[in-house]
Amino acid sequence: MTQLALVIDLNVCVGCHACVTSCKEWNTSGSAGPLCDDNPYGAGPTGTFFNRVQTYEVGEFPNTETVHFPKSCLHCEDPPCVPVCPTGASYKRDKDGIVLVDYDKCIGCRYCSWACPYGVREIDEHQKVMKKCTLCVDRIYDESLPESERKPACVLACPTSARLFGDVHDPQSEVSIAIREEGGYALMPEWGTKPSNHYLPRRKTRLHIHEDELVRADNPLKKEQREHAAPVDAPTLDDSTSW
Amino acid sequence: MHPAFSVIFLTTLIGVGQGLFLAIFTGQSYSAVELLPSEDSVAFYGTGAMIALGFLVAGLIASVFHLGRPERAWRAASQWRTSWLSREVIALPVLMFLVFLYGVMHFFGWDTVLFTSPTGARLQVTLVVGTLGAIATFALFLCTGMIYAAVKFLQEWASPLTVINYLLLGTMSGFTLATAFASLTAPDLVHFFGVWTTLITLAAFVTRFASLVRNARIKYKSSIQTAIGIRHSQIQQKSMGFMGGSVNTRDFFHHKSPQFLRTVKLLFLLLAFFAPLILLWVGMEQNHSGILLAAFVVQYLGLVAERWFFFAQANHPQNLYYQTV
Repeated sequence: MTQLALVIDLNVCVGCHACVTSCKEWNTSGSAGPLCDDNPYGAGPTGTFFNRVQTYEVGEFPNTETVHFPKSCLHCEDPPCVPVCPTGASYKRDKDGIVLVDYDKCIGCRYCSWACPYGVREIDEHQKVMKKCTLCVDRIYDESLPESERKPACVLACPTSARLFGDVHDPQSEVSIAIREEGGYALMPEWGTKPSNHYLPRRKTRLHIHEDELVRADNPLKKEQREHAAPVDAPTLDDSTSW
Repeated sequence: MHPAFSVIFLTTLIGVGQGLFLAIFTGQSYSAVELLPSEDSVAFYGTGAMIALGFLVAGLIASVFHLGRPERAWRAASQWRTSWLSREVIALPVLMFLVFLYGVMHFFGWDTVLFTSPTGARLQVTLVVGTLGAIATFALFLCTGMIYAAVKFLQEWASPLTVINYLLLGTMSGFTLATAFASLTAPDLVHFFGVWTTLITLAAFVTRFASLVRNARIKYKSSIQTAIGIRHSQIQQKSMGFMGGSVNTRDFFHHKSPQFLRTVKLLFLLLAFFAPLILLWVGMEQNHSGILLAAFVVQYLGLVAERWFFFAQANHPQNLYYQTV
């Protein structure tokens, strides 16, 4: 079975919001009609977005780290928003595991948004139907696009390649390897929703240098008792000649 | 959660309708086995059922304001296998039909006695319809309660107490109205309904108070750590990603001070339970239908406050993602 999903690398995300704007641009221009957008340039701009980038500060000054955290529908393997829908407008596709809303069936009762712990379902206050990330379902299967562009708009927009897209059920896919080898995790695992989207944690690359790596222990001069008498940090012949 | 008045009125109004129908039907059941005198079909059973129907219809109208696309509401009956909301959408019209049928049968006297037992108990057709109506009433209480109790993320609601409270609070308000109604149309039933109302009100107070105690001690499963998956005791949100607010900031929080919430809590405990009990007692002592009607009005206002608090108190885990602009 296929389960398409995103893997978001928090180690790489710089919080530029390019995924937010390209998501909005693609999904507001589709056949499903625009995503509402009130006062975009005025006071109190508000509207429907499928993707948001949030910022968190971890730790206490001065030992802090800023984490940019993109959040969109996680396309749960056991989506709690689907069984609660009274009309069947909210459904999970068998074919590729994408959780979708049929905008023609939705009655806008908002019950599915109560049943989502992640707050990724946003009602369109103009069309009065519930909307959410579609993983750009109108794009990833579009054969008129070159194959390299058959990816969600957010993935294509990311300037740091922090967003990966693929089948998390295929163990050899790019996303599965990233989850397996880079410590990918799911959000709020306590609810058993089994999110398909995964996040890669911050990783630190540390260089460990031992003292014997700085001083050459097997210096042949030492064996011949002709060791340089000066201290290690004194200027060497190279320091005085290589100009 | 944000308390939406459409849902507050839906749940409180259908609660009154269901409770009133149960009360009327209880009266008829008692009279069928000759524990109570039989009342006038048109003035008491028929009119009572129609008043109950009026409350159910008013609740249905209120619910329409909650929907973004009410013209598609018929679709909501399709997912009864999985959705309690869908089950409610089926149970409410079924109950309305049965209450309507019960009322009409009493109005026109279509009340054939199916058989009479040797002890004199009579099984009338209206009793059969009424029994079906009572079953539908309990089914509707179950559906309404489970809509909230089934959302496991809202830990304040995810408890059997939610269903019990919907059942008892609705029945309580309906029986209070039945007492006032009986004082106008069937004075010899006032004490029968008054005693039941007192008992149900006390029971409802116990279970509602139990849920307040439970909710005061809730340990939330989710935290900012599990929400973003970073293991550190000090995590602060610096930006939610937008400045003007969104559905996420409007639909899931009451935007009132904790002091306001405490006031509403005290208000509903007073108005829904204590004040009506006193008014009920005074009204029964003085045999004054105005006071009994006031007991119902005060209790209904108390229930509106109770429902507002019920929504406001529920804390949705999505709010963890929306703490700072």
